Amino acid sequence: MPESSIKDHIQESRTLTHRAIVSAFIVMILLITLVLRLIHLQITNHDHFTTLSHENRVKLVPLPPTRGLIYDRNGVILAQNLPTHSLEITPEQVKDIDKTLTGLAQIIHITKDDLKRFQRLRKQKRRFDSIPIKVHLSEKEVARFAVNRHLFPGVDIQARLRRNYPQGEATAHVVGYVARINQKELGIINTSNYAGTSHIGKTGLEKTYEGILHGKVGMQQVEVNALGRVIRVLENQPPVPGKDIYLHIDAKLQAIATQAFGNKNGAAVAIDPKTGGVLALISKPGFDPNLFVEGISSAAYNALQKSDNNPLFDRALRGQYPPGSTAKPFIGLAGLETDTITFKKKKFCPGFYQLPKHEHKYRDWKKYGHGLTDMKKSIEQSCDVYYYNLAHDMGINKMSKFLSQFGFGEKTMIDLTGELRGLLPSREWKKETRNTAWYPGETIIMGIGQGYFLTTPLQLANATATLASKGMHKTPQIVKRITSQSKDETAIQTKSAQIPIIKQKNWDDMIFAMAQVVQGMRGTARHIRTKKYQIAAKTGTAQVFTVKQDEEYDEETVSEKMRDHALFIAFAPIKNPQIAVAVVVEHGGHGGSVAAPIARTIMDHYLLNSSTNKSPEPQ
Amino acid sequence: MIPHSAPSREFTQSNPVKQSGILAGLHLDLPLLSGLILLCSFGLIVLYSASNQSMPQVERQLIRLGLAFTVMVIVAQIPPQQLRYWSPWLFSIGILMLIAVLIFGHIGKGAQRWLDLGFFRFQPSELMKLAVPMMIAWFLSEARLPPDWRRLLIASLLIIAPVLMIAKQPDLGTSLLVASAGIFVLFLSGVRWRLIGSFIALIAALAPALWYLMRDYQRQRVLTFLNPESDPLGAGYHIIQSKIAIGSGGMYGKGWLNGTQSHLDFLPESSTDFIFAVLAEEFGLAGILILLAIYLFIILRGLYIATQAHDTYGRLLGGALTLVVFVYLFVNTGMVTGLLPVVGVPLPLVSYGGTSLVTLMAGFGILMSIHTHRKLLPT
Repeated sequence: MPESSIKDHIQESRTLTHRAIVSAFIVMILLITLVLRLIHLQITNHDHFTTLSHENRVKLVPLPPTRGLIYDRNGVILAQNLPTHSLEITPEQVKDIDKTLTGLAQIIHITKDDLKRFQRLRKQKRRFDSIPIKVHLSEKEVARFAVNRHLFPGVDIQARLRRNYPQGEATAHVVGYVARINQKELGIINTSNYAGTSHIGKTGLEKTYEGILHGKVGMQQVEVNALGRVIRVLENQPPVPGKDIYLHIDAKLQAIATQAFGNKNGAAVAIDPKTGGVLALISKPGFDPNLFVEGISSAAYNALQKSDNNPLFDRALRGQYPPGSTAKPFIGLAGLETDTITFKKKKFCPGFYQLPKHEHKYRDWKKYGHGLTDMKKSIEQSCDVYYYNLAHDMGINKMSKFLSQFGFGEKTMIDLTGELRGLLPSREWKKETRNTAWYPGETIIMGIGQGYFLTTPLQLANATATLASKGMHKTPQIVKRITSQSKDETAIQTKSAQIPIIKQKNWDDMIFAMAQVVQGMRGTARHIRTKKYQIAAKTGTAQVFTVKQDEEYDEETVSEKMRDHALFIAFAPIKNPQIAVAVVVEHGGHGGSVAAPIARTIMDHYLLNSSTNKSPEPQ
Repeated sequence: MIPHSAPSREFTQSNPVKQSGILAGLHLDLPLLSGLILLCSFGLIVLYSASNQSMPQVERQLIRLGLAFTVMVIVAQIPPQQLRYWSPWLFSIGILMLIAVLIFGHIGKGAQRWLDLGFFRFQPSELMKLAVPMMIAWFLSEARLPPDWRRLLIASLLIIAPVLMIAKQPDLGTSLLVASAGIFVLFLSGVRWRLIGSFIALIAALAPALWYLMRDYQRQRVLTFLNPESDPLGAGYHIIQSKIAIGSGGMYGKGWLNGTQSHLDFLPESSTDFIFAVLAEEFGLAGILILLAIYLFIILRGLYIATQAHDTYGRLLGGALTLVVFVYLFVNTGMVTGLLPVVGVPLPLVSYGGTSLVTLMAGFGILMSIHTHRKLLPT
């Protein structure tokens, strides 16, 4: 071999060795780059990626709590959760979906809409999600499917709970209803506690006691794979069911009272004067709250809203009526307590009243007057002129101040949302709102509960209860006690405030006078007299429109819409009052003839038929 | 044919026959073999986890490894001068098969890569991973080194032709590996640094032109690489999930079989191209460093064998084959860690799958042949 070849060989070998070392060097540099990159990912940003990895695999599944139930005072259920069944298909477990669907259609009625919705959901959901094909299965359909279940692998029945109100219309305004959470409510509620909950209390107790009825959401921590399928449950925090609530309301009484109204509209409120517990709260007409639970159709909703009868309007809490003559016992008491008049003092009633130096005649309902009238007679026969006089003598300031102690013009603070405050007029009120002076004539008509004076049936019933218990003013209360799943009970204490009494006798006198309304020979509600218990009461008529000076009001000729509202307040038994009632019958005419029998029906049922849960006799 | 060069005296001192009787008889290099066995064992452990503890999958991989080791042993028996003699023929056959693939190729994985030979399907591009460096090493060793510009030009054409054909299949990963194998031979042959510098400058200048040659999905990969978060559920998903797997592994990892990213299917291709992320998640940086140490050992041993080769052909080929292993490693790990765009290159000897395994082991067989056949050469 030539010498140069060997030289070349050595030279080449050196070059390659050199290049190999350079290569090894570059390899080292790149490996160090890689390791630095790994340190960046695994050490520097380890926490960040750990979080991401955790978020990847761990999902929180909310477990919605079961809503608390609502019972009446006797344990009759007013709001419950009924299972509703839906037929669901898990596409992953079904070999031939079309064949399954035709098979199902043979045993269960499936509409085109059902199919359309199913196909739409199928595109949105994952293969292992179960998709409803038919909701609200009837019991028959559930049974039919159960028998044939083996023919349909991957098809199953799912049960959900749906709110239901078995008393329907009778308790609609008190209990209220739940419906789907809307956008506005989403902004207010604690969304984490409502994860998985679709419904929320919209009206009535369902709304007021939402926080107690709803309960606390549970959470399940599950591990999911990349497809979202649950692999295993990591942690399970069960939901705390909502608490059950028991009411003072008597469902039977509620139903009977509703029935007593017949086809008339109006409101009735019954209160136990000893506790302030509301025994009945009726607004006629009612509506079926169950319609709202699954979403009411807009046509049905419009029909309810536009109806002249206004069934969605809670007359008991929001209806503001002039109290009419039912205000007289309170104004009479004001006269006695302010020493404006004495119980025995007689005034002459010529059938009208005129302010000194005024032409205007304030008429009595009795054209030729009651003649000489004392307070007993003024209540028994509802003499207007007597109260025109009394109001004039007492003046608006004293009258307004005394009446306010009965809660007129103020919210009763009942445990229901939405009540209105009515209106107790005063000089200051008129100055503030109308910026005009108070006219003497306005004092006169206030004496018979007309003019600006407005009360809600609830206020009227509560004032009657206060009178029955001789000045013990209680805050009306619907809910009696709250029971949790673990059976510990919370009784709701009612708040009360005693009206300062100057003379005990004044209260006895007024109650005696009210007794004459029923007991007296000429009492305006004498036809509801009963031997079984003694009733103290007052009838009332609230003018809807004003009769002109020289005209006469004739019930027969006035159209139904323009007819007076009939009012009635009562409590019984007189010696140990257990129930105080206020009844308003819209356009009912005279209180004694229309409203009084309804009150009698309520008291009869409560005092005579229902044996349980009455407040105990005083020791 | 140019006569074989005589070995220089400095090489005669190390005598592989002295190492061990059996291994030497089989023409195997003990350090390299140990490194490979260690690496494959580690790979099987990771694969068992990455495949969701699928024993059948591990068994299939074991059979492939067995086959690949057999191929390695067989190749190791072939003396380097025999390989050198076959080089141009092998290259020519490879080129013809690539043309055949382009014409009759079967559609596999959206790309024409397979040639159906009736009894088995063959990927000519895999053959080229060996044939191209063999060809270039043969061609350059025919003349003095460093090569003159004419040889350099011809060598470049010999590299570019098959690379373009493979890229057209399209198989970016393999064409990249084939190109780098050829380029490494040129580099090791002592091409002047100035030329290397110009070459790098040329590539940089041609990069925009390359953009127009790329297929849509390849462009998408580059775009996704530049900003994976732009398409977190689409093309960027692989990289994002892989980074989460690696990052959440930390220093010591979540433990074997405890990787949530891979076991809950968040990590795509967890037993093939992205198996590195499984290892990083379950064994942490510590496990990665062990793996890289094994690779480094294999690569350094390969380079050492190349420097010790008795002729230019063996030196060039041995060095190039070794450096290709590193390209595999770096392109794969770079992709999985988000340093490089997603290019379908497996983690050598660890990723599940057979084709590249056989080629890689054949390459190691060549290295062993180069190292163990020196003594038998005439002096």
